[in-house]
Amino acid sequence: MHDKIVEIIVAEAEELNEDREDRIPVESGIDTPLFGGDNAVLNSMGLITLIVAVEQSVEDEFDTALVLANEKAMSMKNSPFQTIGTLADYIVSLLKEDGNG
Amino acid sequence: MDNRQVMLITGTRKGIGEFLARYYVQKGFFVIGCSRGKAEYELADYRHFSVDITDGKAVKDMFFEIRKTHKRLDVLINNAGIASMNHILLTPLKTVCNVLNTNVSGTFLFCREAAKMMQKHKFGRIVNFSTVATPLKLEGEAVYAASKAAVVSLTQILARELAEFGITINAVGPTPVKTDLIRSVPKEKMERLLARQAIPRFGTFEDIANVIDFFIKKESEFVTGQNIYLGGV
Repeated sequence: MHDKIVEIIVAEAEELNEDREDRIPVESGIDTPLFGGDNAVLNSMGLITLIVAVEQSVEDEFDTALVLANEKAMSMKNSPFQTIGTLADYIVSLLKEDGNG
Repeated sequence: MDNRQVMLITGTRKGIGEFLARYYVQKGFFVIGCSRGKAEYELADYRHFSVDITDGKAVKDMFFEIRKTHKRLDVLINNAGIASMNHILLTPLKTVCNVLNTNVSGTFLFCREAAKMMQKHKFGRIVNFSTVATPLKLEGEAVYAASKAAVVSLTQILARELAEFGITINAVGPTPVKTDLIRSVPKEKMERLLARQAIPRFGTFEDIANVIDFFIKKESEFVTGQNIYLGGV
């Protein structure tokens, strides 16, 4: 499941890259920086676009409704949106909570 | 591929919501409606969901189903709302929570999920419902008026947050219309209220639809964050 989610995030990031000058370096795999932290490549609007796209793709792939920007994400000590890897870990945890894991 | 525009209207079991569902089906939209209970009517090109608009999970599940089936959402009309008419000293806290939850949280939730679908296509029209009770500062309607003041504020700020996605969001503020919502208001009080409007009559469903028609037109892409009160209030 984790690999599939990483694949989805990378695919959506690549789609986002088509309209971006400062591309998301998806070749770094799970270490690709996204939002927050020193190497962040996304501003808040970029994060919103990516999160909505990933949310919908994960919903389609796993056939379940999902809200990524929920209270859990906002209250976590370390933001789940920092890298592709942390985002994937977070999505896996949400899907498992939902009984889809 | 079905090219009809898809519209979601909340609170379509009866009253204004039912009227709008019928009106926009007739205008060629595919209309999705929702209410807590089942709709007591059936229409071609209309689909009903029984959902509590304050239940985050149920609402999200409904949007997921809409996205799977219809792939698009062009227009959202946040019509569902509840009123409470009572003096503050006789208003239970539970009533306050219910009114705020339905009118503010419900509107917020539908705006958020609709915008997620709309932003992908860089087009969307959202219409919220305010009320003349807010500018008229009607005694006995403090909670209802305050909840709708919050809806106006939400509308104005979301207009800025959603503009870059091609989504406009506006509000219409009806005068009293003869529906269940005002059934319990004494006749004399209602007459005094109507007298404070520039045009002192009850509003009609058609008056409301007329404003919505304007807001959702493709040509209204430069109109956002606005609130239109009917009756010259």
